Amino acid sequence: MKLRFEVSGEDFSLAGRASTELKRALGRLGIDPGAVRRAAVAMYEAEINMVIHAGGGVAEAEILPDRVVLVLADRGPGIPNLELAMREGWSTAADRFRELGFGAGMGLPNMKRNADELRVESSPGSGTTVTMTILLGKGAP
Amino acid sequence: MTPTVFHSVRLEEEKCVGCTTCIKHCPTEAIRVRKGRASIIEERCIDCGECIRTCPHGAKKAVSDPLAMLSAFSYKVALPAPSLYSQFPESTSVDRVLSGLVELGFDEVYEVAEAAELVTEATKRLLEEPGRPRPLISSACPAVVKLLQLRFPSLLGQLVPLLPPMEVAARVVKERLHPGKAGVGVFFITPCAGKVTATRSPLGYERSFLDGVIGIKDLYLPLRGALSQAPSRRLARAGARGIGWGRVEGESGAVGERRSISVDGIGNVIGVLEALENGELKDVDFIEALACPGGCVGGPLTVENPYIAKTRLRHREDAAPPAGEGPRAPLDSLAWTEGLRSRLALALDPDMLKALVMMEEMELIAEGLPGLDCGSCGAPTCRALAEDIVRGKASSSDCVFKLRESVRKLARELIALEELQPPGLDREDKAAKS
Repeated sequence: MKLRFEVSGEDFSLAGRASTELKRALGRLGIDPGAVRRAAVAMYEAEINMVIHAGGGVAEAEILPDRVVLVLADRGPGIPNLELAMREGWSTAADRFRELGFGAGMGLPNMKRNADELRVESSPGSGTTVTMTILLGKGAP
Repeated sequence: MTPTVFHSVRLEEEKCVGCTTCIKHCPTEAIRVRKGRASIIEERCIDCGECIRTCPHGAKKAVSDPLAMLSAFSYKVALPAPSLYSQFPESTSVDRVLSGLVELGFDEVYEVAEAAELVTEATKRLLEEPGRPRPLISSACPAVVKLLQLRFPSLLGQLVPLLPPMEVAARVVKERLHPGKAGVGVFFITPCAGKVTATRSPLGYERSFLDGVIGIKDLYLPLRGALSQAPSRRLARAGARGIGWGRVEGESGAVGERRSISVDGIGNVIGVLEALENGELKDVDFIEALACPGGCVGGPLTVENPYIAKTRLRHREDAAPPAGEGPRAPLDSLAWTEGLRSRLALALDPDMLKALVMMEEMELIAEGLPGLDCGSCGAPTCRALAEDIVRGKASSSDCVFKLRESVRKLARELIALEELQPPGLDREDKAAKS
């Protein structure tokens, strides 16, 4: 079963909707609360990243019996140095987002902590695709 | 036998006209209109009272205990919620309100605000404990606790694991002030339906010490009548900190946690909990969440406008000393004796594989529905109807648009059939027809 969400790069007030919808779907499946929370946090962080850095994109969630696979793809500027981006506290967010309390450099590290598997494919100029797998029945992080 | 869930929210059938107002306002989509009447899906109801508040026909009621119940006890103690004080103008002192309760037949009054001071101190100690999950979420509002069980089970471990003030009050009276005394009956004077339910099916403890719960609404007129005759006794002991629990920001103010969020209104509460579950609230240590607008002063069993009541309560706080006369006879422990479990009432099927198949079907059905969320089918949204269909509780022809579509299709087929007369019988002059 696959859910698909358009993430707007224009309207920040809509950010977080994919995460909320994903949570409702996982709730209908009776999936354990720990896994639901990890999936929600991973989705939310990736969604926010896509809004802040890439002007939006598409978020997909594939729900399988043993895992949830989240794929967030954008056509933004790409990540020039992935190693730095994975470091806690490293951020390239614009000042206008920092003023809103974002850009603490915890996005990717947080995704890594909550997902059981994180894959980032990115090349400057052609966008970024983040793939995260959350195993079900594993509980809280 | 399946266990029945007790709920205090009930429908007065003869008043319900089958409109769709309540189904639209229910935060957990727990109401459907069936056969011209609203019906509550019990497993999903969190007793928030939103339907009582919004029903234009007054058909939703909260069941509380009748005043006549007092006669079954020889020594009757009233436990008024702080919100009761806000139902009367400031010219009527708290002493007078409490004296009025004595006039109505109570032998003693113990303010729930006094118990709230005890819960305040215990909450402060929890907030100082290292290793507690942050932020802690107040468990004072039973509707919020049940909302967590239903929609935010991953946050259950963050609830303040302490008895609510009404229960602490009941235990102080029975165990400390009158231990071993026979015939003692304790009655909570409540602003809300959720607390009625919480006494019958306690959250976090096995059995309630309360003997009855009386709605402010039911007591208001007799109490008003008694106020003028009541000789004013000195009965008010609670301080500002305890009284403030009756309105939003009261509890967090009393606890004194600066890094706190105070949120009121069930929709706003859901918004804050969504943000918390997404990991957004890293700079918050305490969340005071109350289902009713303005807090308990906005409870569905109150009579005064919540905003007027809130201001009045503030003035009562200003007039009282911060910590009152000090709470009497505290209990050894206010801690919960039972953990809270999540309510899996939202899962489509206990078997995840079956649920997955059902959800795929549900998505397909939802795509075929008009998406207008008109409510005419009796479900709050098209998606909710799709869910009811896969659960086998509704059919796609319940949708008026779908039904209209089928009727049109049928009509077209009829017309087409009408054209096809057996050649041997068709005597109509085709030329005359055109």
